[in-house]
Amino acid sequence: MTLTIWIDLIYLLAAVAFIVALKGLSSPKQARNGNLLAAGAAIVAVGATFFNPEAQFSSHTTNLILTIVAMVLGAVIAVPVARMVKMTAMPQLVAIFNGVGGGAAALVSITVFLQDSDSAAKPAVYTIAEVLLGLLIGCVSFSGSAIAFAKLQELMTGRPITYPAQQVINGLVGVAIVALALATLLTGSVTLMVITAVLSLVLGIIFVLPIGGADVPVLISLLNSFTGLAVAASGFTLDNNLLIIAGTLVGASGILLTRMMSKAMGRSLSNVLFSAFGSVVTAAGGADGTGETRQVKTGTPEDIGVLLAYARKVVIIPGYGLAVAQAQHTARELADLLMERGVEVFYAIHPVAGRMPGHMNVLLAEANVPYDELKEMDEANPEMATADVALVVGANDTVNPAAKNSPGSPIYGMPIINADEAEHVIFLKRSMRPGFAGIDNELLFNEKTTLLFGDAKDTLAKLVAGVNEA
Amino acid sequence: MSTTGILEFLTIFILAIFVGNEVVARVPSILHTPLMSGSNAIHGIVLVGAMIIMGTATGTAQIILGFFAVLLATLNIVGGFTVTDRMLEMFKSKPGDGPPKGGSKSKSAEAEGGAK
Repeated sequence: MTLTIWIDLIYLLAAVAFIVALKGLSSPKQARNGNLLAAGAAIVAVGATFFNPEAQFSSHTTNLILTIVAMVLGAVIAVPVARMVKMTAMPQLVAIFNGVGGGAAALVSITVFLQDSDSAAKPAVYTIAEVLLGLLIGCVSFSGSAIAFAKLQELMTGRPITYPAQQVINGLVGVAIVALALATLLTGSVTLMVITAVLSLVLGIIFVLPIGGADVPVLISLLNSFTGLAVAASGFTLDNNLLIIAGTLVGASGILLTRMMSKAMGRSLSNVLFSAFGSVVTAAGGADGTGETRQVKTGTPEDIGVLLAYARKVVIIPGYGLAVAQAQHTARELADLLMERGVEVFYAIHPVAGRMPGHMNVLLAEANVPYDELKEMDEANPEMATADVALVVGANDTVNPAAKNSPGSPIYGMPIINADEAEHVIFLKRSMRPGFAGIDNELLFNEKTTLLFGDAKDTLAKLVAGVNEA
Repeated sequence: MSTTGILEFLTIFILAIFVGNEVVARVPSILHTPLMSGSNAIHGIVLVGAMIIMGTATGTAQIILGFFAVLLATLNIVGGFTVTDRMLEMFKSKPGDGPPKGGSKSKSAEAEGGAK
């Protein structure tokens, strides 16, 4: 057999491994093996590419050396970053790794375009079309991910950024890109191609600007799917089955995952992408008639410590506030202390608590909270009525009864954790500021609710002290 | 590429869409984040494409573009797999295994707490 066939076979095996790996990633038991399998397959495929006659490395030594330099450089940057970054910063890290992937796909397309325009023979129309698709989607994914990163890293405001006639302007940019891409297709002009690329970068930015911080995870999932499609387009350009299969797998599964995520938030995908959620519903929250002057009950850490220490069953409901305050270890400390005293404790995890679906599980796992103390919403809710205390740590919208009770509310229909069914509700909150959805939470004003203001880590530490004294 | 060639690739593309949908259809929500991160790593395989175009690049412009394509794709694939592994490393105790470990927990909790 010729070398080409061997290499194609290796690519085929790698593609199969990716499918198996993705399947593995969907089950808790197989997930880690799945990821390792995919990584192994990627290493083999990349290794084989050095011998791929298409790459012509044997006759281009300088290019070979530069390729190795770029790869070493990339690995030297990526590994420490991926290893050291705090678990709370995981979402933005995924955003940035996704963005560079999109950027790589776009650069592949641009380079192929230049190579084609250098060659004497005019390439077929569909070849240029594939190149342009990869370029367009890759650029959108790159700049969109960069903005998503900036929002999550708080380099810019997490609130939706809106301006007049936003949808119209964004639509016009989209139309302009299509027109330019068509013109590029017909003329093969490098200048037009560059303008298309620049406009695609602009589109990525303006597409992401109106999306609020709470929705950014859904957005990252969507951009992840985009990058997959850009990679598939590169695969078409280079006649490479591995790229087509891997890219399409990610593109298709990514879109499904994106829809599952928005469903978990009780919203449609188009609502997430185009409604500038946070800014619009602040007004709606005010219209609900929940004035700011209403009284809430605050407690001291000592009082709450006693309440917790003598409870039979305590449910901890973590949210974004726990993540920002890095309070997962202190939360575990409190839970352990209570369990030592014979209190039954478990964590109720809302599917979209934190900044990414599953974010809380990752954070609490980092603090070595055993898996079986974490209960998913559907499993936790039937137990809420028998709980003595629901301890809400930095969560808000995910326990807001408005989702069940007030049909006018923007979060109406979103499944929530029924903290309101517990005998006592304790909120650890930084302030009276509403949650990401920007609406007031009726539960805060409920007579069985006690608030303790402050950074989640500080207040949890005070509660630990409070329980110790009780 | 011939017209039959593009049809073959289209066939693969369309079949892959169905596989992609099928494979993640029943993922539990706790695995959404690792799954997103893992699939993010998988599209880093664009590195193979970046290597091929870098190998055939001629002239300064193409070489610079190719170099960055390889660099960015490496960041994606290496970073993606590493970060996913780190996430999944934390799902050590599976349901039913009972509560494991205990010894070093409070010490590590303090160390992490002080680090912030």
